Amino acid sequence: MRALLASVYLFLYAPIALVVLFSFNSGRNASEFVGFSTQWYGRALSNVFLTQALETSLIVAFTSAALAAIFGTMAALGMERLGTRVRAIFEALLAAAIVVPGVVIGIATLVALVALFGLLNPLIAAIWPFAHPPRLQLGYSSLIAAHGLFTMALVTMIVKARIAGLDRDTVEASSDLYATPFTTFRQIVFPQIRPSILAGFLLAFTFSFDDFIIAFFVAGANTTLPIYVFASIRRGVTPEINAIATMVLAASLVLIAVARFLMREKKPVKD
Amino acid sequence: MKRSMALSRNTKRKLVTAALLGPSSAWLFFFLILPFIAIIVFSVGERGPAGGYQPAFTFANYANLGARAAAFLNTLTLAPIGAALCLVIAYPVAYYLAIKVSEKHRLLLVSLMIVPFWTSMLVRTYAWMYLLGARGIPHLFELVGIENLRLINTPGAVLLGIVYGYLPLMIMPIYVSLEKLDRRLLEASADLGAKPLPTFLTVTLPLSLPGVMTGVALVTILLLGEYLIPQLLGGGKVFFIGNALVDLFLQSRNWPYGSAIAVALVAVVVVVIVVTMRIGFRVAGTRQVDLV
Repeated sequence: MRALLASVYLFLYAPIALVVLFSFNSGRNASEFVGFSTQWYGRALSNVFLTQALETSLIVAFTSAALAAIFGTMAALGMERLGTRVRAIFEALLAAAIVVPGVVIGIATLVALVALFGLLNPLIAAIWPFAHPPRLQLGYSSLIAAHGLFTMALVTMIVKARIAGLDRDTVEASSDLYATPFTTFRQIVFPQIRPSILAGFLLAFTFSFDDFIIAFFVAGANTTLPIYVFASIRRGVTPEINAIATMVLAASLVLIAVARFLMREKKPVKD
Repeated sequence: MKRSMALSRNTKRKLVTAALLGPSSAWLFFFLILPFIAIIVFSVGERGPAGGYQPAFTFANYANLGARAAAFLNTLTLAPIGAALCLVIAYPVAYYLAIKVSEKHRLLLVSLMIVPFWTSMLVRTYAWMYLLGARGIPHLFELVGIENLRLINTPGAVLLGIVYGYLPLMIMPIYVSLEKLDRRLLEASADLGAKPLPTFLTVTLPLSLPGVMTGVALVTILLLGEYLIPQLLGGGKVFFIGNALVDLFLQSRNWPYGSAIAVALVAVVVVVIVVTMRIGFRVAGTRQVDLV
């Protein structure tokens, strides 16, 4: 049993470890380690296409995760106040947002937005008083919209689970002591759900930062980091990709470690 | 006076609820419901002369689904096989983590098992592309005299990538269901003279089935929409529905046909969910699963 467990960890981590190791290889050859060097990191970071893709990914991940954290938390709080039937519909929609394959979300968003832009662009052109009417097109906003869908559902689920474990007595005590609902929220509810909101934000950020397939459809002329990495892989495996891959891994590992730490900080005490 | 105040409090409450749910409802409507209606509309349309979409009302796209039968066949065979392989490895691992490992080390070991799932799938699949490619494992075999070993771009490589990518997601729900198991039941079974194997078969296994069902459903559903693993490890040879969709939307630009395939894919996903939920309900009640 112990051997099985050890070999599963080896299976999970050895391939990643090799990529990390070879990102520090001074040679170009992928199958022999010549010596230690950080040259591929330098080369990757001075690549303008890469830094631009990184910037796009960071903007999209931050914006969609922030919107998801705010709207998702609001949704989790609001769902508490719904009747069972409406609540079940809302829950089903959130589950659909999580379960529908990313490839379908990407396609559906692409199709809907292209159809919408096809209707709106001539209209804008007709009423625009100046020479160059703005054209709606795929880009940051479509990326944020599509990533926000999944991540908002994710945050709602995480915060909702935390609300379920919330101590109702303190909430009642607060209102018995004449606190306004807003004061009760600010002093009692929010501090207790804050770790789960933050964890939701970090997971949402990680999801958006790592997503390839949805972005592949809705990015338009923009390139996110995973799209850039995918395109480079298709051109051939190079040590530079190993360096980029290592940086991407390191970033998500840190985010996940923090998210997991936050989520277990205050486990609901069961009696 | 009192009644009107109560009424206004009630309206106020409803307004607050609406305000809380407004943004998320709008998001779900504009970016989930509306797009889904759009692909249904597109799926009964025709391909425009320069690609894209032309309004029509025809079921030709659905009638023509058979043209991509290979993608459906690959997906519908490799996804369940992949999920089954994950299960075979995940169950003993989850069992060991939940029952045998001491409480002190458990949290760390479980974390190490799940964390890979949240790191870039692209990078993790790339790692295997690197390992299975000509300069990876086959190169090592060349050194000991075995030439022309081809690992990448085979169904086996795709299955390996699937197990690698989705194993953590299978382990998690099974672990959760085993961890919640009441140890006194196992002791009772032993006290009543049952040997470890009958105890496992009659107590542990049935009680962990909801976790197994959740894991199988999650992994199968995600695999049905998989694109990266067949693309990077299967080359052009082992094609999934996801790959057909990318081809139809981004290369050959036959959007109506692609939309019909997307609708069919969602239908398959719904069938899988309904079937597993039916079985799941029969086995035991549903169960909440931690996503991380």
